[in-house]
Amino acid sequence: MDLILDGFATALTPENLLFAALGVLLGTAVGVLPGIGPAMTLALLLPVTYSVGADSAIIMFAGIYYGGMYGGSTTSILLNTPGESSSVITAIEGNKMAKAGRAAQALATAAIGSFVAGSIATVLLWIVTPWVADIVVTLGSPSYFALMVLALFAVTAVLGSSKLRGFIALFLGLAVGLVGTSTGQARLTFGQPLLADGIDIVVVAVALFAIGEALWVAAHLRRKPLEIIPVGQPWMSKDDWRRSWKPWLRGTAFGFPFGALPAGGAELPTFLSYATEKRLTRHPEEFGKGAIEGVAGPEAANNASAAGTLVPLLALGLPTTATAAIMLVALQGYGFQTGPTLMDDHPDLVWGLLASLFVANALLLVLNLPMAPLWAKLLRIPRPYLYAGILFFASLGAYSVNFQAFDLALLLVIGTLGFFMRRFGIPVLPLIIGVILGPKLEEQLTTALQISEGDVSTLWSEPVAVVVYVVIALVLVAMTAAGLRRPAESTPTPADDKEMIER
Amino acid sequence: MSVPTTTPTTRPPRPVVDKAQYGLAGFLVLAGGYVLLDAAGLHDGFADQPVQPYTLPYVVGAGLVLFGILLAVATARGDRPEAEEGEDIDLTQGTDVRTVGLLALVLIANIALIDLLGWAITGALLFAGAAIVLGSRNWIRDIAVGVALSVGSWYFFYVVLGVPIPAGILDGVL
Repeated sequence: MDLILDGFATALTPENLLFAALGVLLGTAVGVLPGIGPAMTLALLLPVTYSVGADSAIIMFAGIYYGGMYGGSTTSILLNTPGESSSVITAIEGNKMAKAGRAAQALATAAIGSFVAGSIATVLLWIVTPWVADIVVTLGSPSYFALMVLALFAVTAVLGSSKLRGFIALFLGLAVGLVGTSTGQARLTFGQPLLADGIDIVVVAVALFAIGEALWVAAHLRRKPLEIIPVGQPWMSKDDWRRSWKPWLRGTAFGFPFGALPAGGAELPTFLSYATEKRLTRHPEEFGKGAIEGVAGPEAANNASAAGTLVPLLALGLPTTATAAIMLVALQGYGFQTGPTLMDDHPDLVWGLLASLFVANALLLVLNLPMAPLWAKLLRIPRPYLYAGILFFASLGAYSVNFQAFDLALLLVIGTLGFFMRRFGIPVLPLIIGVILGPKLEEQLTTALQISEGDVSTLWSEPVAVVVYVVIALVLVAMTAAGLRRPAESTPTPADDKEMIER
Repeated sequence: MSVPTTTPTTRPPRPVVDKAQYGLAGFLVLAGGYVLLDAAGLHDGFADQPVQPYTLPYVVGAGLVLFGILLAVATARGDRPEAEEGEDIDLTQGTDVRTVGLLALVLIANIALIDLLGWAITGALLFAGAAIVLGSRNWIRDIAVGVALSVGSWYFFYVVLGVPIPAGILDGVL
């Protein structure tokens, strides 16, 4: 309890409040820009936070995080184009509401729902994270290794439509993670001394998200202007409140546990929340045409799940979403050793972050509800300037790490990879997670085998490890079973498509 | 006079093969092959390294080769990628190779010139060049915005963050 109060004491100094507000504003401003999801917002703004002290950087980062999430849902509602798969549902109902002239209510229920879900989820974090961390420190390297394998497997195989493409991305990421001399010998450095320390994850993330996206958009730039719905002051009538509050709470209940699992992902809870609200609503006729419950529930689920992903991140050092991956990079950039000992080594940092999340979430509501019409105007920024600006800031961010033209070349090479990944529908997330977790996986394996003096059976010597491997095996079996059943069901579909075209 | 144009005989539609995907498959096999080759050149680790430095590279390289082959097989059987969609993306038209190529050139110019000219100049060129390639027609405004951004960011780093970005040719001027 003292720790959280200390955290608030840090977060609530006037200076840090200012940084939090700045973070919220920057995060929302960048996050609302079309084509930029929360993860890219964080990656682009990360270099800015490096300039201030660790305390201030963390609270500013928390602000950017919530701002980026909120900005993303604003774009979804007003443009019907989700920046991330987790806001697909928000886009469906939210945009329908906006088209029906209820943009203000959609934005309001999204913002207040995010606040409610974020606040509850943050309190749950205060309770759950130390508890999980206490368990985790008792685990040995074998269990930790198993959990990493589970996270890699889940991010790769469970999420996304094509498993093969997920694994392609994962192994490309693992290959990038091999670069460097961490084992005492140069691996994949092409004789280039600048690669001896490996490839900076900031460069990888910025290249894949920003450069890859800009090149991809350049190849397919929509020449006609998008239809943007004007928005007034967000507000909700008494009826909207009555219809929103239960979906908010149910969405939170779906979101947090799913986020907290080391398998992560916000898609599933948002879909579950949507399906539940559709079943429970007293206005089923509105679903698909702009039902407020269909925005309130999934948006709350999305936010609660995002907060939930901090449990594996802080307690285990395991990121399960792109946003969490960037967050891990940020914590490492601030000089903290992430992993099971983070909570013990730096309680001040963790509690500062957890308190900051609460403060940033509240600031978000206070700042953004009145400013929504302004944010909506940002959607009109001319596209050439938008993407030129993304390239400019991405280059600046990568260059400012070491001031070497070499990093910019790396940025372009990996950005080109990002372009082709978009072309071939290869997901970015497994690659990023692979780059981060690949070296850690090798490290844990080494530690485990050092303790056992080379005896491989140590890997399944701990109960947690065994349970995790069983879970992976079960999922594999379920996936294979589904894969065997699917061809029979899906064969008619192409034929249907053909008929449609022929007509 | 109307000569009946010989319309190409409508063949039964075969599964459309995305040929470019073979390129990706080839890239994966090559990349995996290189990882394996690199791993083969590594020596045994120290006595306290139970995991040999080449162990993980062998796994990763083999995986890349395997998935490359699997992708080629899947492609031949009609597997097609779902290209990523987005707010500003119109997938109904083909790839605009010219714009992407020019944009890449702008980025390459930045890499080539940054050590010589410094960020304050190349950053402005980067912004203006990218904006023009992407269809902005107001050159003067593009360059003005670019200069404002690059010089502004240089001073922001220098004054606010206390980080001097190498000034290049403008050393002493800024």
